[in-house]
Amino acid sequence: MSATRGILAAAGYVPYRRLQRSEISKLFGSGGGKGTRSVASYDEDTTTMGVEAARLALAGTDARPATLLFATADPAYLEKTNATTIHAALRLDADIAAFDAGGAVRSGIGALQVALRSTEPTLVVASDLRGGLPTSIDESASGDAASAILVGEGDVIAEFIGGAQRSAEFIDRWRTPGDPRPRQWEERFGEVQYLPLADEAFRAALKSADIEAAQVDVAIVTGPHARAVKALGGKLGVNKVADDLTGVVGQSGTAHAALLLTHELERAEPGQVIALVHICDGADVLLFRTTDALAAKRGSSRSIDAQLEHTADIGYGKYLSWRDVVRLEPPRRPEPNRISASISARTRDFKYGFVGAQDRGSGAPHLPPQRVSREGGALDDMEPLPMSDVEGTISTFTIDRIAYSPSPPIAFAVVDFDNGARLPVELCDVDTSTLAMGDKVEMTFRRLFTADGIHNYFWKARPLRG
Amino acid sequence: MPSHGIKDRVAIISMGCTPFGEHWDKGADDLMIESTKEAFDNVGLTKDDIDAYWLGTAMSGMSGLTLSRPLQLVGKPVTHVINHCATGSESLRNAAYAVASGAYDLAMAVGVEKVKDSGYQGLVGASHAPSDGTARTLTAAAMFAMCAPAYGKKFGVSDTEMRQVLAHIAQKNHYNGARNKRAQFRREVSIDTICNAPLMAGGLGVYDCSGVADGSASAIICRAEDAHKYTDKPLYIKALSFVAGSCSGNADPGYDYTWFPEINMAGKDAYQQAGITSPREQLAMAEVHDCFTPAELLIMEDLGFAERGTAWKEVLGGTFDLDGDLPINPDGGLKSFGHPVGASGLRMFFEAWLQLRREAPDERSIKTVDRGLALCHNLGGYPGEMVSFVGIVGNELG
Repeated sequence: MSATRGILAAAGYVPYRRLQRSEISKLFGSGGGKGTRSVASYDEDTTTMGVEAARLALAGTDARPATLLFATADPAYLEKTNATTIHAALRLDADIAAFDAGGAVRSGIGALQVALRSTEPTLVVASDLRGGLPTSIDESASGDAASAILVGEGDVIAEFIGGAQRSAEFIDRWRTPGDPRPRQWEERFGEVQYLPLADEAFRAALKSADIEAAQVDVAIVTGPHARAVKALGGKLGVNKVADDLTGVVGQSGTAHAALLLTHELERAEPGQVIALVHICDGADVLLFRTTDALAAKRGSSRSIDAQLEHTADIGYGKYLSWRDVVRLEPPRRPEPNRISASISARTRDFKYGFVGAQDRGSGAPHLPPQRVSREGGALDDMEPLPMSDVEGTISTFTIDRIAYSPSPPIAFAVVDFDNGARLPVELCDVDTSTLAMGDKVEMTFRRLFTADGIHNYFWKARPLRG
Repeated sequence: MPSHGIKDRVAIISMGCTPFGEHWDKGADDLMIESTKEAFDNVGLTKDDIDAYWLGTAMSGMSGLTLSRPLQLVGKPVTHVINHCATGSESLRNAAYAVASGAYDLAMAVGVEKVKDSGYQGLVGASHAPSDGTARTLTAAAMFAMCAPAYGKKFGVSDTEMRQVLAHIAQKNHYNGARNKRAQFRREVSIDTICNAPLMAGGLGVYDCSGVADGSASAIICRAEDAHKYTDKPLYIKALSFVAGSCSGNADPGYDYTWFPEINMAGKDAYQQAGITSPREQLAMAEVHDCFTPAELLIMEDLGFAERGTAWKEVLGGTFDLDGDLPINPDGGLKSFGHPVGASGLRMFFEAWLQLRREAPDERSIKTVDRGLALCHNLGGYPGEMVSFVGIVGNELG
């Protein structure tokens, strides 16, 4: 193992909306609990959340991956690779590989391990949209989130100093394809299985790094089995067990290990040892030591804590409709047609990467790209103009109560970007009562609608917060 | 924009117009048969006397067969034109050029739309062209709703004042439409009702939006020198102007949603063709595309009926009322008629036809008729990306 291999950049993405768990028992008389869980908007899926986390991670470094791995237990597509959508939204070069590691919750920590043991710079994106039947523990205790970690060598913020794992076949949690309901065997059984596996893996990891448990400054312990996670935290003999964000975000499945690792990296000091312990179908332990580069890169992209400061609650009814548990009456307008594969391929850079065109002569920006300039009329004298990280201002806006939307009404604005471009575009994550001309916005990758099983991904603008 | 125009070279010698409304018992065929029959009968011509036809329809057909089949036209050229919500006007414009060229002696423009068979309220676009899914998905109401706050902010009109201005426009058009037997909505609507209607998009309520209707209108044209063979009261075409915008308004932050440059350009071109220097004083009336109340407000300035930033005061002052200095939409406009896309433009000319021939009923005849000139305006599309038509007709040569 190279001494300098480790984490070059890390970021988490937590959606804007929160569900107060108490709302669940208010409606059904059971379920729920204390605190909140994060809720992906109706126009988000694991792919779009993964894009957001990955954008934040890459914003913190000049390094770029040779491989992109995307892990989720709730893939937007089967058969088709979801990582290629993320690849396109990140505007990664075509020679960068993009693979899915989908299906199981353990695939998130698994992809991270593969990356750490590889020799190439690898971007690991993990994302999950978690739920269960109404009033279930899975519904209330889980949350939606994504994480992205760029693994490589060189100027790492955390060095990978060791790790170990144990695999074991036993039935703890399961879900068959197409079933929205995860199921779990009696909790005690899993607990009894997990604790010795985790202990073995933790000791082996410490040995591989040649350190003692007392040298671990903070241990992150997570996994879908809440009871085993709680029991394990007290048995590791480390200085501190990290906040696992289940009070405000919820357990985000495939994304959660890297989300918590990011959360700790965002608050750690250089020279600290962080243990990441994940129990799910076995046990996985990864050990990191933070470096001096950590302080230098701090604040280079939006932290998880910063995201948790700016949230808005969503009603339980709306939550149930967003997750397709209840179907609300749609506007009486025709539903959109499926998008064209060939047109989407031609407009890939704009549609997925939000790249406009800039006239070399006049400098006039064009969204969407045009071949003929709107200033001067030059033909084919344009260069690509990446726009996804350019902020904008709402010039004028409206609320459309009659247009088709998966979740009406549509908030829509004419956005004037800071570089002189303009695009009339849909808004998201907005509270329409406080929307105003002059508000600042940023772009975010969303799923506009799905028709004939084809997801229509494009960009929306959301208010700039924090 | 150097366009020579065809002032006084072509005349409208007859027109027909069906009632606009929810014709559950009539198809596009029936509506075209009715509007063309009225135009034929008025002037004693038959379908065989017409040398060439232009059909405007945006959603009810794909070719000239849409007209030749129901009318059983034999051996006639039928040109299908489509140009968004200006489709009806476009049929007249192209037919007029054909006559002016000398290619034909008699031509007929027919506009029709059968909208109410879609099963949806509002217009449902005929285009199912494949796309990449990145284009906006808003309704037209929402697009035009964005103009009201933009105008208010630029010219210091409060939301409360703007609500009154837009309500005045809707009330005026419904007042006029209540006096028109061909209108779909023939009822006056109070300012209170308009202001308290359910919101559709932005600040626009139900009464700020034009309705949807089925309908058809037709016009027969000939060379101006032949007009008196057919009627003592022809209307002469003074100007026909059309601008298809570059759609740069939605890419250029310089566009502020308080005006429609395409309309402004089409208006200036039409005035130049017609030799009009002071439209507010020289025009007897105008039919404008009041698809949504903010559109009519902005059009008043784009067409030079009011100085920039002042139209809202003129509206409140009654300038554009039926008895005002310059009556706008004396027939009730899209607000009262609804908007069968292919027919609306010709429906506007039908009102000019009635008014300038002094055949409009007393209760809505304009007092300014002696000026002898009427303007008809269509737009199609949305703020920032639209087509615009402006035509001017007069009841005298010269």
